[in-house]
Amino acid sequence: MADTATTTDTRVPTVIADGVHVIYKVHGAGARKGGATAALSRVFSRRPSPGMKEVHAVKGVTFTAHKGEAIGLIGSNGSGKSTLLAAIAGLQPVARGRIYSHGQPSLLGVNAALMNDLTGERNVVLGGLAMGMSKQQIRERYQGIVDFSGINEKDDFISLPMRTYSSGMGARLRFSIAAAKDHDVLMIDEALATGDAAFQRRSQARIEELREHAGTVFLVSHSINTVRETCDRAIWLEAGVLRMDGPSAEVCDAYEAFTAGR
Amino acid sequence: MTTATAPKTAPAPSAELAQLAAAHGLTLSGARPTLPRYIAELWNRRHFVTAYATARMQATYSSAKLGQLWHLVTPLLNAAVYYFIFGIVMKASNGVPDYVPFLITGIFVWDFIGSSINAGTRAVHSNRGLVRALHFPRASLPISTVVQLFQQLLVTMGALVVLLLAFGQRPAWSWFLAVPTLLLMAVFAAGCAMVMARIGSKSPDVSQLMPFVLRTWMYSSGVMWSIDQMLKSDHLPHHWVLMLLKLNPAAVYIDLMRFALIDSFGAHSLPPHVWPLAIGWALLAGVGGFIWFWKAEEEYGRG
Repeated sequence: MADTATTTDTRVPTVIADGVHVIYKVHGAGARKGGATAALSRVFSRRPSPGMKEVHAVKGVTFTAHKGEAIGLIGSNGSGKSTLLAAIAGLQPVARGRIYSHGQPSLLGVNAALMNDLTGERNVVLGGLAMGMSKQQIRERYQGIVDFSGINEKDDFISLPMRTYSSGMGARLRFSIAAAKDHDVLMIDEALATGDAAFQRRSQARIEELREHAGTVFLVSHSINTVRETCDRAIWLEAGVLRMDGPSAEVCDAYEAFTAGR
Repeated sequence: MTTATAPKTAPAPSAELAQLAAAHGLTLSGARPTLPRYIAELWNRRHFVTAYATARMQATYSSAKLGQLWHLVTPLLNAAVYYFIFGIVMKASNGVPDYVPFLITGIFVWDFIGSSINAGTRAVHSNRGLVRALHFPRASLPISTVVQLFQQLLVTMGALVVLLLAFGQRPAWSWFLAVPTLLLMAVFAAGCAMVMARIGSKSPDVSQLMPFVLRTWMYSSGVMWSIDQMLKSDHLPHHWVLMLLKLNPAAVYIDLMRFALIDSFGAHSLPPHVWPLAIGWALLAGVGGFIWFWKAEEEYGRG
């Protein structure tokens, strides 16, 4: 087992997942919720809504992540990869089991804090503050963020409201803001597919850099090639169950054999 | 060391892993911080709270031609409508000296309290995306909502001063009493917003009910009429009904503001022990609301 192997070596663990189960409730599932009278009778009889559904997304996952590792999470759609990341970040409660982490694991993403009606400039500051950077840090890194995003390559777009950006430009700025902070444990959910080829190269390099500073990077991606190139270890989830955990080349091969066979 | 694990059936927390975690100083993910730690975290995010509030305030009317001017025009139009209905049509102004200053003070103050509670109900629920993506003290959300409304209130207070002077009020030292009143009000509103934010995050349906609750509260708080004048005709026979209406926090803050700003609104129109009352409501809502909100910190944005 992986856990018995890790206790004997000297590597520093950053995230320990111990038999993690994640179950979440979905409201508004199902095709219809019934009429108003049906809803009212539910309220009085205290029966759960028929639209409420429980999803057992992650079923007993155990692994230990170490400092300096880049771990790719692979698996088909709906296999619980993103849910597992949310649980590690402490944003989704675990139903059973435990997750221990070093510092505050963070998901790479500030999209929700940004406002389309504000200029790119204001959004850089707002996004930085939302991630917990100080005003000083933002001032220092501001130019770096703007340069990295390449928003100003054609024109002074950074002083225009974000709603005027093309979708690619918006995505680039969002990634640049999110990647500006150093994290103990960083989790990236399908963020590499944004932008043109030049930007993708830059973001790949930035992830490499973050991984050196951060202890551990988790990457969720459907692109097996991205996982092969960026990660040294891979975890394969299927229907919420951990199927395989090991060097990314081996796990990716096994996963590809599995998907080809279906 | 490739391992293929079979589905586990009994995931009892392993002591071995817990030991390993403790040895390297790892902490349990997603646990609620202690109250002092939570306050410290919130303090560290104070720039985010104000920046988020200002950003939202500026984004509100960004597509309107008049832009930020609407922050001023909207409450004034509101006051004009209420003046037409209550002042002219229903003659609530009878027996109230300086009715126009009386009315606009009431409306501006109520507007702040009412919209704080209304917006607080949606503060966490409508920011689910943010809550699910980033880790920060969730109390930032209702607090920044109230900060945003407070900024708006300060703008309208400026307009109020101009209006008061236009309607013949003279500046007096008592106007400075508006400052502690504003602060107490802000604490009270933030507390209520946090209480409602927790309720609203669990049952979003509540936000559909809030307009009715708030309207009832507004009409019983003497925003557009004087509670004394209305109930003098004793169709509400009990003295305690009058007392209850006057002790309700919204009425207390509105009356304090009127007392501070309007010459003819003397101390006799205030309920007894009005300052302890105003401080008490602020502390009860502020401290109680904060602790109650913190108690559910790890549960926001889920389900």
